[in-house]
Amino acid sequence: MDQVWVELKHWLVGLAPSAVQPWLAALISVAAIIGVFAGLFALTTLLERKGLGRMQNRYGPNRVGPFGLLQPIADGIKSLTKEDIVPRSADAVVHFLAPLVLVVPVFLVLAVLPVGRNMAAVELDTGVLFFFAVGAATEVSVFMAGWSSRNKYSLLGAMRALAQMISYELPLILSSVTVVMMAGSLSTTEIVNAQSGYWGVFPQWHVFTPWGFAGFILFMIGAAAESNRSPFDLPEGESEIVAGYYIEYSGFKFALFFLGEYIGMFAISGLGITLFLGGWTAPLSFLTWIPSWIWFFGKLLALICVFIWVRGTLPRLRMDQLMNFAWKFMLPLALINILIAGLWRFMPSGLVRWAVCALLVVGPYILLGRALFQGRKYGVRTYRFADS
Amino acid sequence: MTPLAAYLFLAALLFAVGLGGALARRNAIIVLIGIELMLNAANLNFIAFWRYGPNPEPLTGILFVLFSIGIAAAEAAVGLAIIMAVYRHYRTSNVDRITSLKG
Amino acid sequence: MSPWFYINALLIVGSAVAAMSLRNLVHCALSLAVTFAGLALAYLQLQAQFVGFAQVLVYVGAVAILIVFAILLTRGSETSPECILSPGWLWGVGIAALTFVVSGGAILSSKLLPAIQGEVPSATVRQIGDQLMTKYVLPLEVVGLLLTASLIGAVIIAMRQKEEGQ
Repeated sequence: MDQVWVELKHWLVGLAPSAVQPWLAALISVAAIIGVFAGLFALTTLLERKGLGRMQNRYGPNRVGPFGLLQPIADGIKSLTKEDIVPRSADAVVHFLAPLVLVVPVFLVLAVLPVGRNMAAVELDTGVLFFFAVGAATEVSVFMAGWSSRNKYSLLGAMRALAQMISYELPLILSSVTVVMMAGSLSTTEIVNAQSGYWGVFPQWHVFTPWGFAGFILFMIGAAAESNRSPFDLPEGESEIVAGYYIEYSGFKFALFFLGEYIGMFAISGLGITLFLGGWTAPLSFLTWIPSWIWFFGKLLALICVFIWVRGTLPRLRMDQLMNFAWKFMLPLALINILIAGLWRFMPSGLVRWAVCALLVVGPYILLGRALFQGRKYGVRTYRFADS
Repeated sequence: MTPLAAYLFLAALLFAVGLGGALARRNAIIVLIGIELMLNAANLNFIAFWRYGPNPEPLTGILFVLFSIGIAAAEAAVGLAIIMAVYRHYRTSNVDRITSLKG
Repeated sequence: MSPWFYINALLIVGSAVAAMSLRNLVHCALSLAVTFAGLALAYLQLQAQFVGFAQVLVYVGAVAILIVFAILLTRGSETSPECILSPGWLWGVGIAALTFVVSGGAILSSKLLPAIQGEVPSATVRQIGDQLMTKYVLPLEVVGLLLTASLIGAVIIAMRQKEEGQ
């Protein structure tokens, strides 16, 4: 049951003549990735709207189909049939290419995620580096979208989005450098294999160590910022800058941007699962009979739900708050995390190691938090009530 | 043409394009872009020799290119900062107008 | 030579020429990003995966964005009506052509270039890390210092000075 997809692919490839076989294998992997993740995208749009609706004390979409389950189809039909408006003074070529430059890298990085045992589409020696390199290429598309629309709000949104993405790339990469250091390899399958042991019943995931826990939190915050999710969605704030850098996009191109953003969220959550949450391994040692790909997608759904939850709960961060947070808080903590991971490696295992490392994580966090909040001056809180 | 000669030829062509652009354009940023092209041509040369050439010292080519990429990034940052500072003073990024030190 | 090499070479040279000759500066910067991506493909064809991905990460993800920011901050996106070429551009193009002819001639007529392909030298990440920590540790530390100095320097140079007398 665990390897059913791998065996299916081998059987299908075996049916073809041997000259065509490598091409067919690649084609099947590509089709599987696009099919599965696009389906997950449709499910997530619905889950997000209904989840947010429930958190805001209302129903989400519930007209189309039972419980609104056919809503993604309605959304798809709407965006495909909308008129594609391109402003007259817009730069036509760059305007057209921007959604492509977003969607292509974002699907490319999905190839290196180990979705199950033996199920990474491409086994690269430098998987994590590939992920971050191709992920960095999406920033070019943000700029292209913002600039080609010849719209001041669009350009401003694009500049803000770029500044945010560049600032949060550093803590993101540094927290994954910790994992690479401890696992000893840049290959994603190697990193998952390094987490596949069990201490009795509990799994040896990286998130269950002090440096791994701190790294996971930093990674998830960086991931939210990289995919422009709330509370970091100032560049695309619907209530402020009128959807930022994709103001001038309508119809299918807007749907492509939407798709690219969500798939980017899946990709980076997938990487977080691979690096910190043990990839496709089961959380308890007696549950390994459940297939590995079910665990991966279960964890992915859980992380998506956490993202939706955070979106419904926290208010948006302002630009300068965002930048301060990245450079003055997250970057020092990420650097200290690397130090702690090194200490963890060289201290003998036991309670002392746990205590020292946990203290070194919590200490700087509290100190930095205190130091950065010192300068805040709050006004006296006033209440105004409407006259009855 | 052997593969090595083909890559070296490509690198020489890229270098010539970068050099021509750096010498012929008047915007300072385009000159910087030309310089980046020249650096990249040299990097391509190194990697071609690492792959196809005799290798008494393994990995020299790769490490040289890694350091070169890092240094090129640093140089691009400082160069662009200088261009922005000069723009703020002269209100132009045309290299032919920045002539106060001339004569 | 496989056809992919020629396609890639065409992409690289085409976008490099576009980067040097387009009038709109932002288009130049975007063509430069395409050149960098083409070069990364060339590195991947040469079996140097680490360098290829590092090229994408640093050049496409950072240097191209930096150039684009600088173009926008120096109002380069407004196209000026004057000629884009410097006076004396013909000399520049001539020198570049001469350089190309000399190096191309040297390459094509060289008897020292090995005619055999050789097997692919291995460059796993582990080996690169090993070399960086043993033989090349001094350049590594120096590059670290250099990057710090250039970071601080760039911030100081580009910072807005406070007006005197305010």
